[in-house]
Amino acid sequence: MDLRFTSEEIAFRAEVRDFFESNLPPDIRRKQVLGQRLAKEDIVNWQRILNKKGWACPLWPVEYGGTGWDAVRYFIFKEESYRAYAPDALSHNITQSGPVICAFGTPEQKEFFLPKLRNMDIWMCQGFSEPGSGSDLASLKTRAVREGDHYIINGQKLWTTNGHRADWMYGLVRTSTDGKKQAGISYLLIDMKSPGVQVRPVVTLDNDHHTNETFFENVKVPVSNLIGEENKGWSIAKFALGNERAGIAKVGLSKARLALVKALAQRVEADGRPLAESPRFREKMALIETELKALEITNMMVVAAMAKGGSKQDPRTSVLKLKGSELQQATTELMLEVAGPHAMANQHEFLEARTGETVGPDWAGTSSPNYYFNRAVSIFGGSSEIQHNIVAKAVLGL
Amino acid sequence: MDFDLSEEQRMLKESVDRLLEDRYSFEQRKTYTRAADGWSRELWKQYADLGLLGVPFSQDHGGFGGGPVETMILMEAFGKALVLEPYFATVILFGGAVKIAGSEAQKADLLPKVAEGKLLGAFAHSERDSRYDLADVKTTAKKDGTGWVLDGEKTVVIHGDCADKLVVSARVSGGQRDKDGLALFLVDAKAPGVTRKGYPTQDSLRAADITLKGVKVAASDVLGEPGKAYAAIEKIAQSAIQALSAEAVGGMQEMLDITVEYLKTRQQFGVPIGSFQALQHRAVDMLVATEQARSMAMFAAMMVDEKDAEERAKAISACKVHIGKSGRYVGQQSIQLHGGIGMTLEYKVGHYFIRSTMIEILFGDTDHHLAALARAGGLIPAGTTA
Ligand SMILES: Cc1cc2nc3c(=O)[nH]c(=O)nc-3n(C[C@H](O)[C@H](O)[C@H](O)COP(=O)(O)OP(=O)(O)OC[C@H]3O[C@@H](n4cnc5c(N)ncnc54)[C@H](O)[C@@H]3O)c2cc1C
Repeated sequence: MDLRFTSEEIAFRAEVRDFFESNLPPDIRRKQVLGQRLAKEDIVNWQRILNKKGWACPLWPVEYGGTGWDAVRYFIFKEESYRAYAPDALSHNITQSGPVICAFGTPEQKEFFLPKLRNMDIWMCQGFSEPGSGSDLASLKTRAVREGDHYIINGQKLWTTNGHRADWMYGLVRTSTDGKKQAGISYLLIDMKSPGVQVRPVVTLDNDHHTNETFFENVKVPVSNLIGEENKGWSIAKFALGNERAGIAKVGLSKARLALVKALAQRVEADGRPLAESPRFREKMALIETELKALEITNMMVVAAMAKGGSKQDPRTSVLKLKGSELQQATTELMLEVAGPHAMANQHEFLEARTGETVGPDWAGTSSPNYYFNRAVSIFGGSSEIQHNIVAKAVLGL
Repeated sequence: MDFDLSEEQRMLKESVDRLLEDRYSFEQRKTYTRAADGWSRELWKQYADLGLLGVPFSQDHGGFGGGPVETMILMEAFGKALVLEPYFATVILFGGAVKIAGSEAQKADLLPKVAEGKLLGAFAHSERDSRYDLADVKTTAKKDGTGWVLDGEKTVVIHGDCADKLVVSARVSGGQRDKDGLALFLVDAKAPGVTRKGYPTQDSLRAADITLKGVKVAASDVLGEPGKAYAAIEKIAQSAIQALSAEAVGGMQEMLDITVEYLKTRQQFGVPIGSFQALQHRAVDMLVATEQARSMAMFAAMMVDEKDAEERAKAISACKVHIGKSGRYVGQQSIQLHGGIGMTLEYKVGHYFIRSTMIEILFGDTDHHLAALARAGGLIPAGTTA
């Protein structure tokens, strides 16, 4: 056992840090620090900068643009990315559909999609959940019926994040009603411009339009857009879930937010002293920092095992997800507390107007919406309750 | 001791519940938010007709002669319905300030107008850097002949944009955070030198940032003795917290009810999700938190008129701590137990979550009041050892 990073890993960290410091556009960084929503162009710009550097899709096989890093290096890369307040890569392109196409796609699919996905020439959204199928995803009903060399799709997806910005959807559809419900699901790529696709906004508590409901009415999708075999979509989707393991806890994101909380708490006065000097507030921060450190080390153990080729089904992933979402939420709560009365104004109109005009200090306006929106991190991608169920069963044998 | 409502209180509760049941469905509420003021003038008139706007004022002042219990009844109902009208700003804060600090003449002049629904008010006290410190006031009041001139800025003045009259706090002497040297003034919202920037708040209410530039105030519009207003400000804040606690409890009960109903109807894995024990226990914890909060709102109602200022302050802080803590727990869990649907503005429960988040901030957050209570020695005096 060697509990330290190797000198190569330390050098790698320095290289990554240096790159982020000199290449992240300042206006993107500023929006990230202020917790503001990024425009589509911001995400595209940044992804293209990474792509030029060869860091667009670290986890993909090298032949498709991956970096060949092991899990430790990927972890370092993500940590540094958050530390620099760089945007997360669009997971739907980079950690979800991309790796799936690498692993299961036909040569034509690879050739068409992979370069465009990593350069954000096309934008993917995920069409898994439905009104009646959330935690119980396998019960999904959106029907794909084969007619010649097309599928005809009918049904409804819910929570299609970025559906209004996306060119394509990777969706799960029902191609069979025989046998176990998991056994009749297929993984299909759907062109969002196809006739019969309709996207309607779902506005979340932060008063923003992230996500949508998507309706399909007799949508024709070429059979050539099927990924892998028909009725094998469930295991393909599960493959993708295992992928983001190294970054699922988002320790770096929580650390960066806490660093910001600390800086702002020095600026905000509470009872005549900086809030950062309030013993109660300091203790709260310190407690979260200890939790974050513990999670960081769990995360490092998991990635080290992965780097040695550990199993994809490591149940510690659930620990990372559970504790990681809790801490992401805890840091947004602290930010809200720092903002205090400044969190009360609804700045939506001011932010939309993009005049720079705000009510109160410029950093405070997003504190409450970000707090609300982060309640979702313990809901999506397998809710905390579902993670508890997994750990109880897989680790404790209950 | 009797926790049952009197005949009169029961009638008050029934009348407000009936009105809100008829007029405050989630859909109806949405239409009120789209009105010019962000609330319903027509309902305001109905509140006046039912006597609700005069509940805490004495009968001499056109009121109902109610006390904290009557306020609790109303605010709980308002919390349940997420009422948008400026009751809190006008009746509790503005009316409260006049009642607490005003002269007999001022009360006789203003309170009947509030009770009749003819005068909207707001409490322009908090400032950009004051946070939760009630004494932290930079706005100045300078003597000008027999009257005063006010200069300064007030922020997040609840319903300050629609108010006809403001109670403004300002400093006549002393340093920024001194308790001595504060005064309260009645200022016409349209007086020369007053500018208001109105905006919506997170919870679909309204607020304003207000600038005062050389605003002249007559001697007859000073509330109480200039320089000695801190005690009144504290009392106004305590009444506000008592009212907010009841509102919060109404909201928590509603979040609990909506969530339990959802657990019974939402199906996943072929069964109602309410059949999962993990969720059952969570719902029970929500109930426990709501009941604890209800009891503390009751405690605040018992103590808000307590003569001993120290005991009163401790009780109100204790109540606010609990409201904050329970409100946060119940709010977060109500979202969590709904899953994705709880995250949308189209669905009701999130609006309660947001309002309870704002209530936690208003007039001092949980940490602020916990520190105050701890500094004051807590609720239970140290005993003797054997
Ligand atoms: C902001 C946001 C963005 C999203 N983006 C996408 C997207 O891009 N694409 C996509 O496909 N989906 C997306 N989702 C959907 C997300 O994956 C689902 O919300 C999630 O799977 C939960 O499903 P549900 O909302 O239907 O809740 P439900 O499954 O109905 O859950 C309700 C409650 O019951 C609990 N529960 C359910 N089953 C059990 C059990 N067996 N034991 C104990 N408790 C249980 C849950 O934990 C939760 O508390 C998004 C969701 C949100 C909120």
